[in-house]
Amino acid sequence: MTINEIQDEIIDEFSFFGDWMEKYEYIIDLGKGLSLIDEQYKTDDYLIRGCQSRVWLRADAAPGGKVVFTADSDAVITKGIIALLMRVLSDQTATEVANADLYFIDKIGLKEHLSPTRSNGLLSMVKQMKLYGLALSTQAS
Amino acid sequence: MLNSPSQSQTVDFAKIREDFPILHRSVKGKPMVFLDSAASSQKPKAVIDVLNQYYENTNANVHRGVYQLSQEATDAFEAGRRKVQAFINARHEHEVIFVRGTTEGINLVASSFGRQFLQAGDEILISAMEHHSNIVPWQLIAGQTGASLRVIPVSDTGELDMEAFDSLLHERTKIVALTHVSNTMGTINPVKTIIGKAHQKGIPVLIDGAQAIPHMEIDVQELDADFYVFSGHKMLGPTGIGILYGKEKWLNQMPPYHGGGEMIKTVTFAETTYADLPHKFEAGTPDISGAIGLGAAIDYINAVGRDAIAAYEHQLLEYGTQKMLEIPGIRIIGTAENKASVISFLLEGTHPFDVGTILDQMGVAVRTGHHCTQPLMERFEIPGTVRASFALYNNFEDIDRLVEAVQKAATMLR
Ligand SMILES: Cc1ncc(COP(=O)(O)O)c(C=O)c1O
Repeated sequence: MTINEIQDEIIDEFSFFGDWMEKYEYIIDLGKGLSLIDEQYKTDDYLIRGCQSRVWLRADAAPGGKVVFTADSDAVITKGIIALLMRVLSDQTATEVANADLYFIDKIGLKEHLSPTRSNGLLSMVKQMKLYGLALSTQAS
Repeated sequence: MLNSPSQSQTVDFAKIREDFPILHRSVKGKPMVFLDSAASSQKPKAVIDVLNQYYENTNANVHRGVYQLSQEATDAFEAGRRKVQAFINARHEHEVIFVRGTTEGINLVASSFGRQFLQAGDEILISAMEHHSNIVPWQLIAGQTGASLRVIPVSDTGELDMEAFDSLLHERTKIVALTHVSNTMGTINPVKTIIGKAHQKGIPVLIDGAQAIPHMEIDVQELDADFYVFSGHKMLGPTGIGILYGKEKWLNQMPPYHGGGEMIKTVTFAETTYADLPHKFEAGTPDISGAIGLGAAIDYINAVGRDAIAAYEHQLLEYGTQKMLEIPGIRIIGTAENKASVISFLLEGTHPFDVGTILDQMGVAVRTGHHCTQPLMERFEIPGTVRASFALYNNFEDIDRLVEAVQKAATMLR
């Protein structure tokens, strides 16, 4: 699926939640899921420092010009949102990652989590992911 | 439990809440519960009105006009200074310096006192519970002068290790800089004892009063503080105005901090002579409306009465602490005997950021994170805390809403 198809799918899923609690319970469940990054990469080299929560991010080039992201956070809500971002951006081509317009965050009412005032590391993480996409796509061409 | 129950009973705190227009608004469809006054307090209508009136009727630059408007603005501005003087019982009006806030006040002292009095090998004594704004300015001047920072450790209850203080205070110590009340834990430090001990050795003391001034009576002469610094915005006043109180004998010996207009007597390209106190430290156009607004905040606090405020906030603290401790898995960071109305806590098995996010969804505004006290977080080996702080306009229902929200967060997150 393309980045936008996945985004639309998520928007559709979120439209079934009755209130904020259902939505956050889902995000928390996502966050409690598998560890998203290998413990050995939870080091300062991969750390994106937010004021509130910490985020670790790793990007690997995969066949077909694709980029695979793995990431984690010490806060479970942040981690749940990371899981959504991974679902949208990981395993897509580097060019598509670099050019992605992430409209789903706003549509599912989580915009505040990607605002600079939250400083939970998510905004920096998205920027970093796009930079990785850009770097890998220019390497390939 | 109360310092003066009779006084707190004569003040109707339910009516006080009505004086703060912002408390009527809602957040996420719920009436807002504001529990972040330690970061910045809300403002009573009396303060907001005075700011409006200033800009509608009195606005002009101060100390420089021959015309009536400028004279009125200057009078109102200087009246603000006298209100501050009376509020903290400073001996002289010119010992009250207008600054932008606590941060600027501490930077001023660190820079000006430091350049005059610090040398390589000297020591600056601070504590492990300081706000970054009472750490970094001292690190900067230490770097420039070759002085070094020494740190009074903090106990598990969040109190200063007074034995360590005694041994850290010696001939090399040139200044002690200490917070009166911890912004993260609420601990009220025994600053009077500390100042007494430092003075026995001839060492001056700066007190960061940012968190003390909104909650208790401060008498700088009784404390015998050499410097006492605080921010207007934490004591019902506007942002952008703060106070550096300094003893005349120190301020007179210190070089200016900023250069510019207002702070000079005469300027030639060869030499400049500086103005007298307080203007020597007030370069440029000051925050005129801020000073006037701060005066209005002081009038408001005086009308309620500081004893009554302290007693009422203590009731909120006791009630809040008791209710919070009923929640399974709550750990309160900062359990000092002597505390201001701050409850910093962790919920077992959760990250403070997650708790804060759920609370926000429920209309409860708290602070999460390290509260600009990273060394203190390291001391307790925690990533941060959730902090609820109470002011005179909070009530017991606010605390019930907090407790309910934390319980909800616990069920959702664990
Ligand atoms: C203890 C303490 N010191 C200093 C400050 C800094 O105050 P301001 O940001 O108003 O300069 C604060 C504010 O958070 C504080 O709580």
